Amino acid sequence: MSVIGSTSVQPFAEMLAEEFNRNNGDVRVEVQGGGSTAGIQAVANGIAQIGTCSRSLKPEETGFTPITIARDGIAVVVNLANKVSNLSRHQIRAIYEGKITNWRDVGGTDQPIRLITREEGSGTREAFTHLVMGETRIAASAITQESNGAVKELVKNDPGAIGYMSLGLVHGDLKALTVDGVKANAGDVINGTYPLVRPFLFVVKGTPDAAAQRFIDFVLSPPAQAMLEKEGLVRAK
Amino acid sequence: MRTERLIGLVLAALAFTAISGLALITAFIFKEGFPLMMKVGLTDFITSSDWYPREGHFGIFPMILGSLAVTAGAMAIGVSFGVGVAILLTQFCPPRLVGVLKPAIELLAGIPSVVYGFMGVVILVPLIRENLGGSGLSVLAASIVLGIMVLPTVISISVDALQAVPRPYYEGSIALGATEWQTAHMVMLRAARSGIMAAVILGMGRAIGETMAVIMVAGNTIALPRSLLSPVRTLTSNIALEMGYAAGDHRQALFATGVVLFVVIMILNTVALTLSRRRARGASR
Repeated sequence: MSVIGSTSVQPFAEMLAEEFNRNNGDVRVEVQGGGSTAGIQAVANGIAQIGTCSRSLKPEETGFTPITIARDGIAVVVNLANKVSNLSRHQIRAIYEGKITNWRDVGGTDQPIRLITREEGSGTREAFTHLVMGETRIAASAITQESNGAVKELVKNDPGAIGYMSLGLVHGDLKALTVDGVKANAGDVINGTYPLVRPFLFVVKGTPDAAAQRFIDFVLSPPAQAMLEKEGLVRAK
Repeated sequence: MRTERLIGLVLAALAFTAISGLALITAFIFKEGFPLMMKVGLTDFITSSDWYPREGHFGIFPMILGSLAVTAGAMAIGVSFGVGVAILLTQFCPPRLVGVLKPAIELLAGIPSVVYGFMGVVILVPLIRENLGGSGLSVLAASIVLGIMVLPTVISISVDALQAVPRPYYEGSIALGATEWQTAHMVMLRAARSGIMAAVILGMGRAIGETMAVIMVAGNTIALPRSLLSPVRTLTSNIALEMGYAAGDHRQALFATGVVLFVVIMILNTVALTLSRRRARGASR
């Protein structure tokens, strides 16, 4: 059985699939990346039984059933050497719009800000656009990277960089900013105070077959949800 | 006799399969990409700098410029070093050393591009960021990585071209009192000129078509590059970055990007073919 989609959901889906496969000899779950939109397309074409998606479904994506398996914060990340540790959503938008171009203007050192964004169509980018940018375009000068890992690698090594990525994938080697004064951590995602939160979805078309339903039931079961929580995500309910 | 005809038929079938595969790919790219180019307008598609697929703006001018800039940079590096090494190998190296060096250089062509890209990200990009400024992901980084990647092609074809120059040219020049270096650049290089041009153009084809290494080191912005230190997106990167997600017009626009790339590469190949034909005629004269 194929599960295809978001690169943000992928590591978590792989972990769950491994656990599921260990306990279910008769079904093998295979997880692939490709992106949220690719996942939905794969479900539409019948290539995958389940698509994974790291954003809400769009209005034009009809005929699918979304199942929220967890929620994830989007962390705005900077280099460890950066003195700035809080930005408002308004400031983040102004930075990504290209209006604020120097860290000096948001309380940092005199250094140009280097924007890092994800490629057009990425679930993380769409969630970020939806939550922060609204109708505003991300500046054309933003450097585009094609995975959470690539964004992390850049921000880790560039003192002037700012990026955004799945909170569940942030570890000690870069700094997640507080947004509107709220810390980016699981607790504040759960109680709803952290503003940048998106759903992680399983997307199916029509009624899932027995094998897919078993995997979905497993993912929503308390032990699997506890595993996701341990990895930095937030329970579906 | 019968086996011979049978083998002939099998070979013809194989050749036909390969060629029809190529024809199908071409037809498919054009079929998918052309309607959008017509819809947006060919001029708009090629000359506009607005690439906002979600809003229906498809302008690939920055990517065309990006591909050309990165390729030109790669050629400046690849050709100057490549032809230099070729001259060194054919004119100034003992033949036994050449026998070791040339295969070693050709081996470089077998290293996967992602490895070149990774070396670029880990070594070159930080070096540029710390010494020249900017993010390090830049036209310059992509040019250097690609310049190194085209070296094997440029060197090995240039060496062949230089070795194909008739021996009497060399002997005549030396006999007239020219030094080795004068002979190399005034006689040998000129005689091998069209072969070296072919090497340059084949290298160019490789540079403009490279994707993975470029995505890793070029930064992929959709803005027009302003300097050597600006990040840049090439035509190939544009396709590879967004293909996984694209649907509808966006997907067609990526195929249309492919059409533009295809046309550029066709032009380069035609020039290469014409030059090598002229060279073959020159040799038989």
